[in-house]
Amino acid sequence: MSRIDVRKTYKLYIGGQFPRSESGRSYVVNDAKGRLLANAAQASRKDARDAVVAARAAFGGWSTKTAYNRAQVVYRIAEVLEGRREQFEAELRAAEGISTAKARTYVDAAIDRLVWYAGWADKITQVVGNANPVAGPYFNLSTPEPSGVIAVVAPRGALLGLVSVVAPLIITGNTVVVIASEENPLTAITLGEVMATSDLPGGVVNVLTGSAAEIAPWLASHMDVNGIDLTGIEDATLATELEAAGADNLKRVRRPAPDTDWLAEPGLDRMTRFLETKTVWHPIGV
Amino acid sequence: MTPTPSSTASTGSTHALFDDVVRSDSSLRRFLHGLPGVDQVGCEARAAGLGTRSIKTTAKAFAIDLAIRMVDLTTLEGQDTHGKVRALASKAMRPDPADPSCPATAAVCVYPDMVATAKQTLGTSGVNVAAVATAFPSGRAAMDIKLADTRDAVEAGADEIDMVIDRGAFLSGRYLDVFEEIAQVKEACGDAHLKVIFETGELQTYDNVRRASWLAMMAGGHFIKTSTGKVQPAATLPVTLIMLEAVRDFREQTGQMVGVKPAGGIKTTKDAIKYLVMVNEIAGPDWLDPDWFRFGASTLLNDLLMQRTKMTTGRYSGPDYFTLD
Amino acid sequence: MSNIFEYAPAPESRAIVDIKPSYGLFIDGEFVDGTGKAFKTVNPATEEVLAEVAEASDADVDAAVKAARRAYTRVWSRMSGSERAKYLYRIARIIQERGRELAVLESIDNGKPIKESRDVDIPVVAAHFFYYAGWADKLKYSGFGETPLGVAGQVIPWNFPLLMLAWKIAPALACGNTVVLKPAETTPLTALLFAEICQQADLPPGVVNIVTGAGDTGRAIVSHPDVDKVAFTGSTDVGKAIARAVAGTNKKVTLELGGKAANIVFDDAPLDQAVEGIVNGIFFNQGHVCCAGSRLLVQESVADEVMERLKRRMATLRVGDPLDKNTDVGAINSAEQLAKIRELSDIGEAEGAERWSAPCDLPANGYWFAPTVFTGVSQAHRIAREEIFGPVLSVLTFRTPSEAIEKANNTPFGLSAGVWTDKGSRILSMANRLRAGVVWANTFNKFDPTSPFGGYKESGYGREGGRHGLEGYLKGEDS
Repeated sequence: MSRIDVRKTYKLYIGGQFPRSESGRSYVVNDAKGRLLANAAQASRKDARDAVVAARAAFGGWSTKTAYNRAQVVYRIAEVLEGRREQFEAELRAAEGISTAKARTYVDAAIDRLVWYAGWADKITQVVGNANPVAGPYFNLSTPEPSGVIAVVAPRGALLGLVSVVAPLIITGNTVVVIASEENPLTAITLGEVMATSDLPGGVVNVLTGSAAEIAPWLASHMDVNGIDLTGIEDATLATELEAAGADNLKRVRRPAPDTDWLAEPGLDRMTRFLETKTVWHPIGV
Repeated sequence: MTPTPSSTASTGSTHALFDDVVRSDSSLRRFLHGLPGVDQVGCEARAAGLGTRSIKTTAKAFAIDLAIRMVDLTTLEGQDTHGKVRALASKAMRPDPADPSCPATAAVCVYPDMVATAKQTLGTSGVNVAAVATAFPSGRAAMDIKLADTRDAVEAGADEIDMVIDRGAFLSGRYLDVFEEIAQVKEACGDAHLKVIFETGELQTYDNVRRASWLAMMAGGHFIKTSTGKVQPAATLPVTLIMLEAVRDFREQTGQMVGVKPAGGIKTTKDAIKYLVMVNEIAGPDWLDPDWFRFGASTLLNDLLMQRTKMTTGRYSGPDYFTLD
Repeated sequence: MSNIFEYAPAPESRAIVDIKPSYGLFIDGEFVDGTGKAFKTVNPATEEVLAEVAEASDADVDAAVKAARRAYTRVWSRMSGSERAKYLYRIARIIQERGRELAVLESIDNGKPIKESRDVDIPVVAAHFFYYAGWADKLKYSGFGETPLGVAGQVIPWNFPLLMLAWKIAPALACGNTVVLKPAETTPLTALLFAEICQQADLPPGVVNIVTGAGDTGRAIVSHPDVDKVAFTGSTDVGKAIARAVAGTNKKVTLELGGKAANIVFDDAPLDQAVEGIVNGIFFNQGHVCCAGSRLLVQESVADEVMERLKRRMATLRVGDPLDKNTDVGAINSAEQLAKIRELSDIGEAEGAERWSAPCDLPANGYWFAPTVFTGVSQAHRIAREEIFGPVLSVLTFRTPSEAIEKANNTPFGLSAGVWTDKGSRILSMANRLRAGVVWANTFNKFDPTSPFGGYKESGYGREGGRHGLEGYLKGEDS
């Protein structure tokens, strides 16, 4: 008789913990062939609220770590992911019904993307900051700072898509509440496990699974969220509603990006969209 | 910044308030370095801002006459002679011979050996004789020589003594030496008023100017003065701004007024009026009086006279119409 | 204080400006009659009606956008950057040549002292055009690509009428966009004079279009489907409405909105300069400044001394005729704004803060408000939270650097902040922790074309000025 395997319960990832949805709800996640993969937690508005609280609490510490330190943490995520690559490849094959080769390509790309962004931590300031030659006896320097707590709707693409939207935000010091792809949420939670064991402080990334249409409006209207990335929103009407709701506290908005080629090298835009430029003046005198 | 009032009377400071401050070099240093710092750029911007005031018509006429009354008409040259000093003294009494309504200057300022000559010419005109003393302009001489220099000028009839501080001592942080030197010269002055020259061009920073101002005021100087006129830069608007703030704050604390004298480089009526605006708005109108503000200058007077004539005649005048003494 | 040195009036001559009885709209290089109503613009210092100005209707705005689109497609987007640059340099030079005229007109229409329009606004306007002119043929080095967006719809406020116009138009044109700009309804005159300057510069018709009007005209610009870019400076409420209006479109938006800046004074500050900075921070331009230092946070150990010095300094502020060269504080821009300042000040008193105003005689006609300071203010007071946009300072105290940061950041705004201390490491620490787009350390209210300006949080997004200011007018390299 074969051994009965121990199945994983997929929960949410909030504040470094893996709680169930406070609503007690879950939904069925099937594989590409329509067979049950697992039940995923179906996050509620209260879970979203808790995630924002966790992200805000983490922001002070994360944003003031040295860039070198953030780089090492994100690099560490890549290392741990590399070590668990077989698991991710298997999950991708199961969830998305893709070939082994394709799954390997996505995992490779996700790991490489993390490494790419890790290197940006201590360079983005040099590339987008400026010393400004004002017409007077003043030192004047512009540097980028993270906007704060960013809500993200992740695109399909359970691993690479998710990594590609989250990494550019946290590398610059933002903290994140991300709604995983509704169809493929399980890998997002497994990635949460990777992050939880990669020296990433709790609350820097918070993963919600469930319905974006249900949760995203609460995040879009949340007054303690500084920006919203609508990358994964495929319904144009919903995207417009979310952007409009974000206006209540003037969230920085990234509009949907339906045709993104996630395998291509990204530019700076995913980082700079959620950066603020701070300009400091000081007189020069004796 | 408020010093601890002292209950024990002791020698030194003219104010018991500062007795503890001047008890030792270290307490004095603590006090002077505890004064609020000066931001150079902000200070210069403020001075420049006041310099944009536009003074016209009645206000200008008032300012020109006031400025004339504030001039310490100065000759401090190796080539000075008794004849030159007599001519200068005559001009101080009657700056514009053609216009008896033109006021006299506050004083003539000469080297000690010329005091008697100046005094003789000025008589009871009310124009004072000021003498530079204490090994002017460098101040590099032994203390007894500086004191002898001072007494010599006072005995010759000087009403005011313009001393120089020991910038070397100041810049090396020997504040108490500077303090004591000022106090001793003041004693040697007797009834003569003491102006203390900092040579701000050598002190370099506004922080130093502020510290020197407090040092001189605590030591009993009647006036604080920017420069000898022998070092560039001499008087500037921002340096004078710092000194005006110092006398203002000193009065707040002690109730006592101290005068301010920018000297050197003030050549035009426009410049002089900028200084008066600054006096008015920084120290306040109480200082708009020759007893509390002076200009150490020579060529300034003729420009004031030309502008004065322009105000009364409505046409521009020329240097040929004013005496060159 | 006695008046032995009473400055005689020193009025700048008004003869230099020629205000017409009525103005049309500047569309496609020509002044045309609007199809809507007209409104009056008044001199806030005297309440004298200066001119009648056309209120652009939706049809007028559409005509302006069409003209801008034509100019964009046929001329401006095809012109080389170096040629665009020369037009902008020309404009900068004409602004310098006609500087006094612009300054006087600005003071008459806005109420700001001639000292400020002459020494700050107009020189910075010219400098802004000069700066961005130089970018026009160097965009490939900007980091934002060199592809313009198209037609920019721009709506500006009344506090720095021509300066805000320059902040909008100079980078837009340098990047190859054409513009439809609406000046504020209470201060349209210098924008209309600028239209004349565009004519003098032979700027191709339609590259700059000036449409006057109020909120409806602004809404028509923002929501026009053929506008690719919206740039707005003004209130946070209108900024939010714009953000809602453009949702779901491809319009790129920059918003420069309100503020409630903390100006933090530590006990080791250069106090005399700090007092100047406080005064400049809140009384510059009658406090009609989005980045005004309207909340003074002073360390308790020096609070009394700072307040004493501040009040003494405030008593020397000369309030009155904006055209008098010795005026420090001019007229409040409008009756409406004056009412708002009065209302919030009354609330401040009602909430228990202690009110002190500088002793000064205010003119009988016009809109005036004496420089005012409230002490005993707490974070809970409305005057500590809401933007008053007038010469009203709220004073709060703090004990430690952390408390100062906490109070400074405890606001939905994040435009600017000030720090005063002689300790270098503390300056840098405070500058790092303040959540604001501009931090002035040991200075305040300084502006320069090379220096990016803009806010965090509800103070808006995007930057104006400097290399960063190009981003809002270019497509970008990777988005």
